Amino acid sequence: MKTSFWRGRTATALAALAMVAGTAGCLGKTDSADTDRNADAKSFTLTIAENSISGGKNAVGADWISKWIIPHFIAEEKAKGKTAHVTFQPSGAADEDYKAKVALDLKTGSGADIYGIDGIWLGEFADAGYIKPLSDEVGQKAVDSWDGWAQIPKAVQGNFAYNDKRYGVPEGTDGRVIFFNKKLFAQAGLPDDWQPKGWDDILAAGQALKAKVPGVTPIQLNAGTAMGEATTAQGILPLLAGDGRELYADGKWQGNTQAVRDVLGFYQKIYRGGLGDPVLQQDAKGRDKSFAEFAGGKIGMLFESDYFWRGVVDPTEGIAKMPDRDSTVGYALIPAVRPGAGIRNQDFVSMSGGSGWVVNPATKYPQQTWELLRFMNSQQATIASLNGTARITQRQDVNSQVLTSDPMLSFVAEKVLPITAFRPGFAVYPQVSQALQQATLDVVVGKSPADAAATYQHTIEPLVGGAAKVDSN
Amino acid sequence: MVGLGRSRAVAFVAPALVLIGVFLVFPAFWTLYIGVTNYRLTGAAAKAPEVVGLDNYRGVLSDPAFYRSLWLTLIYVLVSAAVGQNVLGFGLAWALRGARRAIRRLIESLVLLAWVLPSSVVAFLWIAMLDRDAGTVNMLLGQSPGTAWLVQYPMTALVVFNIWRGTAFSMMLYSAALSSVPPSHLETARVVGSSTMQTLRDVVLPHIRRHALTNTLLITLWTFNDFTPFLLTAGGPDHRSEVAPVYIYNTAIVGGDMGYSGAVSLVVLLINLLLALVYLRAARAGRSS
Repeated sequence: MKTSFWRGRTATALAALAMVAGTAGCLGKTDSADTDRNADAKSFTLTIAENSISGGKNAVGADWISKWIIPHFIAEEKAKGKTAHVTFQPSGAADEDYKAKVALDLKTGSGADIYGIDGIWLGEFADAGYIKPLSDEVGQKAVDSWDGWAQIPKAVQGNFAYNDKRYGVPEGTDGRVIFFNKKLFAQAGLPDDWQPKGWDDILAAGQALKAKVPGVTPIQLNAGTAMGEATTAQGILPLLAGDGRELYADGKWQGNTQAVRDVLGFYQKIYRGGLGDPVLQQDAKGRDKSFAEFAGGKIGMLFESDYFWRGVVDPTEGIAKMPDRDSTVGYALIPAVRPGAGIRNQDFVSMSGGSGWVVNPATKYPQQTWELLRFMNSQQATIASLNGTARITQRQDVNSQVLTSDPMLSFVAEKVLPITAFRPGFAVYPQVSQALQQATLDVVVGKSPADAAATYQHTIEPLVGGAAKVDSN
Repeated sequence: MVGLGRSRAVAFVAPALVLIGVFLVFPAFWTLYIGVTNYRLTGAAAKAPEVVGLDNYRGVLSDPAFYRSLWLTLIYVLVSAAVGQNVLGFGLAWALRGARRAIRRLIESLVLLAWVLPSSVVAFLWIAMLDRDAGTVNMLLGQSPGTAWLVQYPMTALVVFNIWRGTAFSMMLYSAALSSVPPSHLETARVVGSSTMQTLRDVVLPHIRRHALTNTLLITLWTFNDFTPFLLTAGGPDHRSEVAPVYIYNTAIVGGDMGYSGAVSLVVLLINLLLALVYLRAARAGRSS
């Protein structure tokens, strides 16, 4: 009996091995598709997913989709004799968590038909085959014939292009500035129209706040891994640009360079010099808490994109509303280390990005999805998306109407966008970004900038293809 | 031939074997396979992963982050489960043995409540309780500015949390076990004047030894694989509370390195098997003596 028992067990093991072998080729994806599949369907179902939720994160966007886009689109289809079922799949999660969810959805060939994603994820999603050029998904002719492209500036379109191909429709763009609390600044003897001319001016204002306004955190400059991409986009990259360097230039990434050490040194002055709150940077909910603290008058200045103005402290729609936003919140350009030291010899610098919409290649109804996407980016829909507020949209014909109504947004459009820079759109960028976040965290918890920069270079070398791809001067 | 006969026996166990194969054996081999590739969540390596041989396993075994996560897991398991839940669970069961029915029910319900609430809800409550600025604990201590418990003492917070959360199981198991101790033995011990400690050691313990082993085995294994710490600290700050399951998640989903995390998973799986073996041995030894 014993032998047959073992024979049975061997057979089971072999069966399992065969199963593994049979599926082993399935890691990764290959697919081909007909862009006109189900184009004539009388009735169809589409789903839109975005990291926004009514009453929470990006509530304006969520309400726009569920209360404007969906009913209007359904009505428009009905007029054509078609029955459309459109649903919205909301999320209110941290950006990194939402990204993982979208990646997993797309990886399994399921999920929503249209996803709202951050433009900086485009490269890695495209390389993975999770999204495809729009021309492959819905057909070259269908894409090129859309009149909306003419309204979207090339730089903004570039945010949703990869290897010179369109992968989606951008939703607009943004710019980074320093927001400050005018009331706290007044108490510290700083002017209403404060505009630092160099990093030392920022530190000096921080010292003034620290000395004269007790109980207030002078500076919130995002640091650490818990803040995720917000650390890189709002902190490291604008500072790096202010020191005359872009993260990626001439085929090389910034490694353990003087500029990186300078930036980390600036973090050190803030977080080891009592000008920032090191504990908050490590809190899993640190970014949201920093918003609440700023709105509560507990933070003097904060580096953020204009999202902060329209999505966070907005008196009616924000997640940390400030009823007196217009009179209390000031904004200033991010200065270079010293005048003229920034990239392109600029005195001031910024960083831009932006989210947008991509089509799930696994959609059952590519043509209808593209129709919905065009509808979402029509002039009429874009105006509706603002709901009385302002935002730098993708469409010039909308921007020219709305931006003048909001001084902060016209400040971004006129003063910030001309001097801004974009993040390198490579698939490996998010990993380099994580290494940079870790470097700031190392400094926040007490490592020297030199050690943190050395560790950073050591981390990214294998990621970007060896020491030859890393600038370490 | 006694029994069903070979073919019918095979037919009888086949459904169970298929289930085990599909849900246990296959994923284990799958993990083994992912572990030898450079498979990533996104990017080119997600589309066309390459076999990199044992590089990932070599990387794991020389990775300080992996050993740190094991060390943290060891602390977490030993302090919160093997000692904390065990001792507190037994203590409660022993203390409530003679308590009035109403009090006993009340305390049991409260302890059970901690166990039956969904993890996400409980995690949210604890985050609110331990918050630096508006947390209940800091308010009770009258601290301002308060202590950011989850940031400054992440492991201590997790250990206390897990003791609170998991004690109910040990308490119930020991309550049942204690009822199997013959009252006459306890009575005799009392009559001959043995102290509580002596009674516990010489009368109670021999009776509940197997229960204690089973309990320790179960809570050790599931604490080892417990993912709830992620809900409280997400492994942070600076990886200081990154126990093994959280380390695997952070590597795979946040870091996107599926291949590497597959290798970590397999090593952790082996450690689990080892733990189970050790306990099964001990349990068997306990039974035969």
